[in-house]
Amino acid sequence: MIVHGFMSFAAVCVTVACLVIIGSFSLIIYNLSIFVSDMEQQNRILVYVDETYDTAEAKSVGSRINLVENVREAEFMSREEAGRRFIEQQGGGEAYDGIDASTFRDRIIVTLEDNSKMEETVQQIREIQGVASISDRPELAEGFTTIQRILDIASAAIIIVLLVVSLFMISNTIKLAMYDRRDEIAIMKMIGATNRFIRFPYFVEGFLIGLISGVVAFFLEWGLYNLLDARITEMQSLQLFSITPFREILLPVAVVFGVTGLFVGMFGSVMSIRKFLDV
Amino acid sequence: MIEFRNVNKVYEAGNRALEGVSLRIEDGEFVFLVGPSGSGKSTIIKLLTAELEPTSGSIEVNGYKLETIKKRQIPYMRRTVGVIFQDFRLIENKTVFENVAYGMRIVGASGKEIKARVPYVLDLVGLENRGRRFPHELSGGEQQRVAIARALVNNPAMIVADEPTGNLDPQRSYEIMMLLESINALGTTVMVVTHERELVNRFTKRVIAIQDGRVINDGMDGYYINEEN
Repeated sequence: MIVHGFMSFAAVCVTVACLVIIGSFSLIIYNLSIFVSDMEQQNRILVYVDETYDTAEAKSVGSRINLVENVREAEFMSREEAGRRFIEQQGGGEAYDGIDASTFRDRIIVTLEDNSKMEETVQQIREIQGVASISDRPELAEGFTTIQRILDIASAAIIIVLLVVSLFMISNTIKLAMYDRRDEIAIMKMIGATNRFIRFPYFVEGFLIGLISGVVAFFLEWGLYNLLDARITEMQSLQLFSITPFREILLPVAVVFGVTGLFVGMFGSVMSIRKFLDV
Repeated sequence: MIEFRNVNKVYEAGNRALEGVSLRIEDGEFVFLVGPSGSGKSTIIKLLTAELEPTSGSIEVNGYKLETIKKRQIPYMRRTVGVIFQDFRLIENKTVFENVAYGMRIVGASGKEIKARVPYVLDLVGLENRGRRFPHELSGGEQQRVAIARALVNNPAMIVADEPTGNLDPQRSYEIMMLLESINALGTTVMVVTHERELVNRFTKRVIAIQDGRVINDGMDGYYINEEN
């Protein structure tokens, strides 16, 4: 079915290269987004409860905070626990032996759904009875939101540009393959072949080019990803940044590569043959 | 049957290729269409295979009215006309058998039908032992016979040969003409487009002469226009 081997090979190579470039870029963006999102999640709001409230009352403040829109989680921490953690963080020792739990206040650790709405949410929490004070870092939240937005816009723009460039390159490669066969197509037309009859083998060929490209690109991406994972783990002993293991994203990556490869192969073939059918 | 009624063709660049051409070729006829280079012969072939559309006038080919034919019907019209070209136009990476069988595949013939028909047609054109050869392994005359076999394989109502002997020596040219004459004797209409005067005059057939896009003669007298005129 694949008549002109070299041109088909070239089409596969170009498709694989484009898929790997787009795939790699998308996976880098995906991991950066997760990293930023994780960092964002760590930016929590600390709500101190009025010190006259007993534990049950303080917990009820937590329940009311939980009802505020945009609050994902409101975790209660007793003053005893807070004291214990403080001493732990300071390294312990005799100097802290005399510290009484009453020195601390019951508190609620609040995680938000959307950090860009932190200011409004904090305002709503502040209005809840029993809230003594709030410790938040809006500038940090804003920073993360900005980074996330930049990442979203940049990744969308770059992926679109790469996709257009890829389609152009693939379509041109296939057109070149078709140009190589224009005489054959003209003969077929002259002896009475229908367009459907002529298209069919090219459609099948496009399908095969797409399928082979998708499979090759997937395994290549897998190898490159694992290589990058190993290098990152090796480079940073503190493990500040970790990338999602490939096995966790294996299925969506395989589906995206397969579908994109097939779409580009078949669409490219059928579109490229159109002008040669007009005989 | 082919009928041209007052056909005019002016190309986009403004060149007038045909002017008021009217001609009729009945089923079973053998006709030479002759004329010097640029006289309009090739335009007539392109019009009757629907490669081109006339500027005005009407054309009918084997029951298809080309001025009203739908695009998707064109392949079916073309199957009624077997076209043979000067440069043979064979598919180089297919054997002789496959080239001829290809014509049957496009009309959806079964493998069994192909196996029965292709050897018969190859035998008819004298290539019964050449089925496994590739076009480049054959002489020019043999390649033209393959093209004739391909044109014949679907039993078309008509064969149109566009300068079929242009690349052949006089002996091979005569043999190809004899072959076309024998095909005509079996009932297929044959139209041969040529500018080879001597060859035309060796056969007593109807000759339609074209010059400057007009039919200047149509008869059995072997008339031929001298290119120098």
